[in-house]
Amino acid sequence: MALADARTGSGEPPKVSLLYNPALRSVVYQVVTLVVIIAAVWYAWNNVVQNLARANMTAGFGFLNSRAGFDLAQTLISYSSDSTYFRALQVGLLNTLVVAAAGIVTATIVGLLVGVGRLSHNWLVARLCTVYVEVFRNIPPLLVIFFWYLGVLALLPSIRTIFQHLKEDPDAVFFISNRGIYMPAPVFGEGFGVVFVALLIGIVAAIAFTIWANARQRATGQRPPVLWVNLALIVLLPLAVFIVMGQPLTLDYAVPGSFNMKGGMVIGPEFLALYLALSLYTASFIAEIVRAGIRGVSHGQSEASYALGLRPGQATRLVVLPQALRIIIPPLTSQYLNLIKNSSLAVAVGYADLVAVGGTILNQSGKSIEIISIWMLIYVSISLITSLFMNWFNAKMALVER
Amino acid sequence: MAKKIVTALVGAAVLGLGATAAQADTLSDVKAKGFVQCGVNGSNLAGFGAQDSAGNWAGLDIDICKAVAAAVFGDATKVKFTPLSAKDRFPALQSGEIDLLARNTTWSVSRDSQLGFDFRAVNYYDGQGFMVKKELGVKSALELSGASVCVQSGTTTELNLADYFRSNNMDFKPVVFEAQDEADAAYNAGRCDAYTTDASGLYSIRLKMANPDDHMVLPEIISKEPLGPAVRQNDSKWFDIVTWSHYAMVAAEEFGITTANVEEMKKSANPDIKRFLGEEADSTIGADLGLPKDWAVQIIKAVGNYGESFERNVGEGSPLKIARGLNGLWTKGGLQYAPPIR
Repeated sequence: MALADARTGSGEPPKVSLLYNPALRSVVYQVVTLVVIIAAVWYAWNNVVQNLARANMTAGFGFLNSRAGFDLAQTLISYSSDSTYFRALQVGLLNTLVVAAAGIVTATIVGLLVGVGRLSHNWLVARLCTVYVEVFRNIPPLLVIFFWYLGVLALLPSIRTIFQHLKEDPDAVFFISNRGIYMPAPVFGEGFGVVFVALLIGIVAAIAFTIWANARQRATGQRPPVLWVNLALIVLLPLAVFIVMGQPLTLDYAVPGSFNMKGGMVIGPEFLALYLALSLYTASFIAEIVRAGIRGVSHGQSEASYALGLRPGQATRLVVLPQALRIIIPPLTSQYLNLIKNSSLAVAVGYADLVAVGGTILNQSGKSIEIISIWMLIYVSISLITSLFMNWFNAKMALVER
Repeated sequence: MAKKIVTALVGAAVLGLGATAAQADTLSDVKAKGFVQCGVNGSNLAGFGAQDSAGNWAGLDIDICKAVAAAVFGDATKVKFTPLSAKDRFPALQSGEIDLLARNTTWSVSRDSQLGFDFRAVNYYDGQGFMVKKELGVKSALELSGASVCVQSGTTTELNLADYFRSNNMDFKPVVFEAQDEADAAYNAGRCDAYTTDASGLYSIRLKMANPDDHMVLPEIISKEPLGPAVRQNDSKWFDIVTWSHYAMVAAEEFGITTANVEEMKKSANPDIKRFLGEEADSTIGADLGLPKDWAVQIIKAVGNYGESFERNVGEGSPLKIARGLNGLWTKGGLQYAPPIR
């Protein structure tokens, strides 16, 4: 029957059993999936409500407005034990974002250097980079955190030693102790805003100048001195304004208090341990991604650029790296997401991140389901925003076909 | 995205399932599975809940667990221990993972009501204190302004600490750890000037330090910390068994009944003692509690009376050498008092 139709090439499409109809099958599969998901949601929700009722507990997020009652070590926004749980969660979220952002920047720089270093023709540099990658890639991140916290930072001089040292050398302003790194804090005086505006203007002008210089190079073949002009715009301009405004910046020095240093700025060992561990751990993975990316660009590309008369630096910057980035960016995104999620290991060393603060709230208020949903929601949001940004960056770097 | 939502839901479903397992009637559950699942201190708090090198559990809280097992099964070995951190203990009880929480847990109104637990028996009257290194030269907690203080997260201690410094117009830098072991290590390494927890805990932690004599506990007690076993709310049968297991130990001390003389005491002429030990012919005390007739005898045989348990775990018979103080019998100026067993 079907054969006959095919031969004549006319008439109705071949009749197939409904069981094998691709359109119908696809609809059925989707409906089944949807029903399963809805049933699962309903089951989970119903279960939660019933069990909470059985335990005489109430569900809801109203508790976020009650007084927290506990203090936190590192607070970037004003917070005291009189603040609400909601405020405490904000402090925790900010701490998570700070350590994740600092970690991502450092991991990227270290990873790039080590990745390129592993390809170096210098035998020693290449081997050292290999050792670095193999060591950090093969140790669980939690152990790396403990290594820094208990193995390195805890062994630094005690605060008493520092007090002693200050008696001998009263002019010292920068201290490294097992309670963290103390340094002078900048105090911005009146008129510093103008300096800041000058810096912004300098940066915008530098970008504009670069665009103009590129256009001019294309038109005339001459390259204006971009580096020097940009340096002048970004550094000299704000500096000149700073001096004209009467140097509106003073330093607040850390001085010995009764138990700790008072004033100044302190970076706690909890933050340092987590930050160093996350950066160095993730950097080992990024190094491998960078190495793979560079290896992935055909050798002919660099040879061709040399043939065109580009210097090795130019060849790397203009030909190899842009192509390597296309390979690097997608796996790099996963490493960033890993780093953000690994920051929840903060709880091991008592860094007041989102999970640590949330855990305390969970325990004081007993609202486990609410806190866990807040955690999940926030981590999903941070991860999705990072992904979106990296996808945008990836699209920008992708091969533009003409 | 869709995948992430599904994962989240599965997580929530698992949470919900955990709670389903918690039956309203814990006693039937316990009898059916043949042992009591008891949540205890997971960080080796000597005197309250700690394991020796052979893995045997000992402590005041452990004795409560054993007493309940002895009362229900007539066999104190029919108990399994779940070591818990301060943070994990409440979800573990709420979800039904454990039948009974005996983890030096402070009885407070919010835990009793909001968290959905029931407390009544207090097996140790405690209060929060501070420990410092002697070399600091600090003699009072009021001299601690500006100090870094190590504390465990999710405890009443953490809240009292903030309140105490606030009400005395002092500031401090909290160094907060989830596990007690990490807090111990940080204090030992000089990360903090002072360590705060319940006074009994401080004595126990002091013994763990490299050189205990370098550390001292300050005289101030800044809070009331009645520590006792907790069970899930709305299960009065099981609640009664746990409560009366403790009172049986206190009553035994009041009557002068010990592990050694309990068999002799059965023959006592004192009707109170005979009733207590299930020797009165028509006594239904055990049956009304849902327990065998000789439940009190089994408890005393297994863990002794409250005084014996105290001396063995935290008193003169232990390295802690804590005085009875508030934990003495009411007849001797303490707070331990058993309601009449009749």
